[in-house]
Amino acid sequence: MTTFPLPLDAIFLKIGVYAIYLVIGFGFGFALESSGFNKSTKLAGQFYFKDLTVFKVFFTAIVIAMLLIFGATALGLLDYNLIFVNPTYLWSGILGGFIMGIGFIIGGFCPGTSLVAVATLKIDGIFFVVGGLVGAFAFSESVDKLSQFFNGSYFGRVTLMDVFDLPTGVVALLVTLMALFMFWGGEKLEDIYGGKDSSKAPKARYIGAGVAVLFAVALIAVGQPTNADRWERIAIERQAQLDNREVQIESLELLHYMHDSKINLVMLDVREEKDYNLFHITDADHLSYEEIPEQIDPLLALPANTLFVVMSNDEELATEAWKYMVAESVPNVYILENGVNGWISNFADEHDEEYITAEKEAHDPDEFRYLLSSASGNKLAAAYPHYEEYKDLKYTPKVKMEIKAGPSSGGCG
Amino acid sequence: MTTATKTPPKESLFKRIFTRPEKDYWNAYAGGIMLGLVLFTSYFITGNGLGSSGSLSRLVAFVTDLVAPEHVDQVPYLLQTAGGSLNALDSWIIFVTIGSLLGGFVSGTINGRTKFETNKGPQITNKQRWAFAFIGGFFFTYGARLARGCTSGQALSGGATLSAGSWAVMLSIFGGAYLLAYAARKLWN
Repeated sequence: MTTFPLPLDAIFLKIGVYAIYLVIGFGFGFALESSGFNKSTKLAGQFYFKDLTVFKVFFTAIVIAMLLIFGATALGLLDYNLIFVNPTYLWSGILGGFIMGIGFIIGGFCPGTSLVAVATLKIDGIFFVVGGLVGAFAFSESVDKLSQFFNGSYFGRVTLMDVFDLPTGVVALLVTLMALFMFWGGEKLEDIYGGKDSSKAPKARYIGAGVAVLFAVALIAVGQPTNADRWERIAIERQAQLDNREVQIESLELLHYMHDSKINLVMLDVREEKDYNLFHITDADHLSYEEIPEQIDPLLALPANTLFVVMSNDEELATEAWKYMVAESVPNVYILENGVNGWISNFADEHDEEYITAEKEAHDPDEFRYLLSSASGNKLAAAYPHYEEYKDLKYTPKVKMEIKAGPSSGGCG
Repeated sequence: MTTATKTPPKESLFKRIFTRPEKDYWNAYAGGIMLGLVLFTSYFITGNGLGSSGSLSRLVAFVTDLVAPEHVDQVPYLLQTAGGSLNALDSWIIFVTIGSLLGGFVSGTINGRTKFETNKGPQITNKQRWAFAFIGGFFFTYGARLARGCTSGQALSGGATLSAGSWAVMLSIFGGAYLLAYAARKLWN
């Protein structure tokens, strides 16, 4: 049962959702202050190897959160597809990072730490925040001139697992080991430059390090859920929807949504390319079944009012695609009833007859049934039926738009 | 002679709260564990990580919208957050920020660390420190908006979810600061 993250907007009123964020923020501020992040000299000390508290706090937090997140996804408690993973904008990120580094060493804070500095009445923190507000203003005034750079080098949701082509557990172990190595080196540096004595630090930290490494090794052993595992968890409920034909929408319902401006309709034609070239519905995108796995992240990134309709010649392949997408938590996915064959038989008009030379008498269940005089693409009238003619015909509506379970916006809001 | 028993004058509540003995900060690893637990809880329940620079940007958009609403509607970047009838402050990130101000205040006050002071290196004056804090804040937030998140929203949150772009941002932040550390040594040493 994958139940987290919670679909907050569907469960709570807005005030309740904001109360949750308020409590999380409280913990955030409490942890930052307790670690000494409201003191600029302590923050800056890390850049002179005198006081590496910031490094230790920062990477301990990353390791703990990372291990728990991927532990929870491995057990199927948390759905990684539904949590916000910062999209990669490579060069604007790198340049922005360098500018932040300059601000860090000059100003002695970062935005989060400056807020707890203000909360504890540090005057330098107040000046930092005021400077930050001016910086935010300057950015909003200048970003339009930079928009090509700001929006270029976009790679979408890319993880370290994708970059290094390694399993999640292995990346988690490497990050853990890297952090431990840095802690070890950091303590040595503090002994030299900061006049500290790491041999007097609590020995419990060795136990903690061992537990973290074991946890990461366990992540490798357990592995992350595959698409089949994910389907297994929802199979009872979702197979029933298929069997009761709750998710197979009539051609007329699809035609209706082609003309509904409130809905972002995405039609995915999962047939072989040759069939797609013979005929496809106007604006249907070709996405072969084999390509679906790599397209899941972009599909998940589409706006909340997106309705996905998958189609094959009949329903067989579309049903497989539906299962794959639903298991990956793509919301609002439906199957075109009787597929493209059914669509043509409903909407082909007399002009189309010059293209459609015959119908195959015997054909496989999910095979394109029509014989066409040429590859017509979307030239047939049936590719874009006249809505006026059909809009008063009745159909059984099946689409129920659901609110996305993941966060509505992410990153720094 | 009668001895009048003098009761010491009762200190005001305000004074008692703000003159608590100053306590040491937590052990760094303990602080890191708590921060990690907060970050995990945030992802687990809401699907979102932590952040803060977005609030500064939204506050600016909100004020701009009060002063010059027509200007907001001309700048696409502001339009996203404050255009038309949108309220720039109507966002989860604002509540995370209010919460972190409260959390920082409570932790600082309990431990006697809430007091007016300026932390600086020995070689500069308070006023110089304030000027540099202002300039640093300017650069940091500008960079944070360009990179779509700061140390919290990108480096910490994206670091834990293993976003490739966030790790690039993280390395750039620390890289930039270490590169410039020598040139800025008079500010801190």
